[in-house]
Amino acid sequence: MSRIRQFLRPDQIRELSLLLIIVLIVLFFGGQIDNYYSPRTFQRISSAVMIILVVAVGETMVMITRNIDLSVSAIVGVTAYVAGEQVSLHKDMTPLMVLLLAIGLGAVLGLINGLLVAYGNIPAIVSTLGTLAIYRGVLVEYGRGANVLVRDLPDWLVDLPRANLFSIGEIDIRLLFGVAVAVVLVFHLVLVFLPYGRRLYAIGSNPDAARMLGLPARRVVLIAFVLCGALSGLGGFIYLARFGTISFNAAQGLHMQVIAAVVVGGVSVVGGSGTMFGMLLGAVLMGILEQSLIRMQINEFWKDAIFGLFILVAVASDALVMNRVRDMWARAAIRMREAAVPKE
Amino acid sequence: MIGKRDWRGLLRWETLLAVILVLVIAANISMSEHYLGVNNFINLFQLSIEKIILALIMAFIIINAEIDLSVASLMGLSACLFAWLYAKDVPPEVAILAALVMGAICGAFNGFWIAYAGLPSLVVTLASLVMFRGGARILLEDRSIGLFPQWFNNLGQPNFVGPFSFGIIVFAVLFVISLIVLHFTAFGRYVYIIGNNRHAARYAGIKVRQTKMILFTVSGLVASLGGLLLAARLGTVRANLAEEFELDVITMVLLGGVSIFGGTGTLIGVGLSILVVLNLRNGMSLANYSGNIQTAVVGVLLIASVLLPNLLRDARRWQRLGFRSREVLSAEEEAQETQPTDTVGTPANS
Repeated sequence: MSRIRQFLRPDQIRELSLLLIIVLIVLFFGGQIDNYYSPRTFQRISSAVMIILVVAVGETMVMITRNIDLSVSAIVGVTAYVAGEQVSLHKDMTPLMVLLLAIGLGAVLGLINGLLVAYGNIPAIVSTLGTLAIYRGVLVEYGRGANVLVRDLPDWLVDLPRANLFSIGEIDIRLLFGVAVAVVLVFHLVLVFLPYGRRLYAIGSNPDAARMLGLPARRVVLIAFVLCGALSGLGGFIYLARFGTISFNAAQGLHMQVIAAVVVGGVSVVGGSGTMFGMLLGAVLMGILEQSLIRMQINEFWKDAIFGLFILVAVASDALVMNRVRDMWARAAIRMREAAVPKE
Repeated sequence: MIGKRDWRGLLRWETLLAVILVLVIAANISMSEHYLGVNNFINLFQLSIEKIILALIMAFIIINAEIDLSVASLMGLSACLFAWLYAKDVPPEVAILAALVMGAICGAFNGFWIAYAGLPSLVVTLASLVMFRGGARILLEDRSIGLFPQWFNNLGQPNFVGPFSFGIIVFAVLFVISLIVLHFTAFGRYVYIIGNNRHAARYAGIKVRQTKMILFTVSGLVASLGGLLLAARLGTVRANLAEEFELDVITMVLLGGVSIFGGTGTLIGVGLSILVVLNLRNGMSLANYSGNIQTAVVGVLLIASVLLPNLLRDARRWQRLGFRSREVLSAEEEAQETQPTDTVGTPANS
């Protein structure tokens, strides 16, 4: 038992059990659906997950600081719409310019959120619920009901989702999916190795203590919101490339899926814990569920109910099981330390 | 200095709301001659009657330092359950009863996880928001069900009793009951104390879990009632009924001076903020602004209702302490703020 404790932390146990659930679910669907283990299934799941994955990276950082961003769906919608509109008006825009436009606009919207939360002292749930309505309302008024259409988009953008990065056997890794995974990887490293990443955890687990230590809590939270906005902008760009036709209610309700992925992936809503790897597993699990339920011809109307149930089960198991596991680990660590100190 | 203190006593949130209300009404009168008619005034309540009924119970929950995001989905679910049962030839009275019972059970389900399992209400009700909406989708899929009996549809129409609709009467009765319960009973005091400090409340012998459980169960029941009223008013039910109503409901409560951290706020303030939001939306409709712009303005109001008190407090601190660093002084200031109000008016550095 003590061996296990040395090599596994509670969070890793959670991630391993999530991995186990994913394997079980894949085996289950494999038995139910003909021809399930095919490159096509991987293709469907990976392209469904990539947008959520990119946005969820930002949401993870915000939630680690004990905040929440409900406005990400509106940011994805606004950036996808504005970038799509601009590129159809100005056909000579280079890919880099479109990408920077989406990310920059997202960062500005995230900056507004961050200023309200960090410097206006408005609880994140209130301010982002407000900006969710504001961003979407302004977009509807700005677009005046007109859609961005696929035929107005340049060819490079329409072909982008089919661009291949490399192939493993018959499985093609698409460029955009590769980008999403790279973003997860980069920010995983940021969270683990950079001082900024460690500060996010410090602020989330105890904001008062972090401030007394002299951490620039406001600035760190502000940057987390700006990054979340910028990543949502990247998500908007991918959304534009994938769907082509963008209406004013594009990506509506996406924030629920993103928060579901993050929470199922083990990021605590009260801040201070969670990893990018866990979030990746959460997003993949939700993606597999969604796509497989569609393939099984189960009524799509069941999707929301199952999603909601999964969020609740994840949070409840965290509270009921994982807290106990963490206690066990902490107590064992104390015992070991006491044993190591020689008695006087 | 005495005069200054009197002036400060008037500077309550409710006074500010009353001033805003007068301004909005004045602007509306100048915009349209139809505004002052009795019909418009009844319409004003009638068109958002479900939201303002929900705002009453939401005020209790937010004062109790919790939040219920699932009310709008539960409204949809209960209306869908009613319509689904009705389409299956269940007598409408039984269907109404079933929808109300289901609402209470769903509320108790939220309450169980929040009060007894100790999960944060934000996630629990976020999960049940998705789940209840999913339940509504399972029941109705993409159909819409209508053609309810005439007496049921009449519940949602004006001129039910005199010029008033059934919903307005329900709201009036619930408002009086809530006012009495929140401000004049022991239960109401418990709600405030738990919202201020749930640990202290527990040590004082207040049944924290039971109180939270009651609040969420009643919230479910009221949401279900609101869903039925909405179904009666619209005459048809779809699975996306009442989607995103929670934004308006929470805005009304927070704009009424209820702190999102719990423990403060009055129902008078919530009543005033309901009038402000209703008149503002009505005025914008008269001025031909679209529903989306109205929603965006409500979002601005929501943010402003929290931001303005924060800025006011900061301004008062700066007035008192000069522009010294806030971080360093925070402990000192908190000690000062807990002192009797007599010292508040005098500058600290004089």
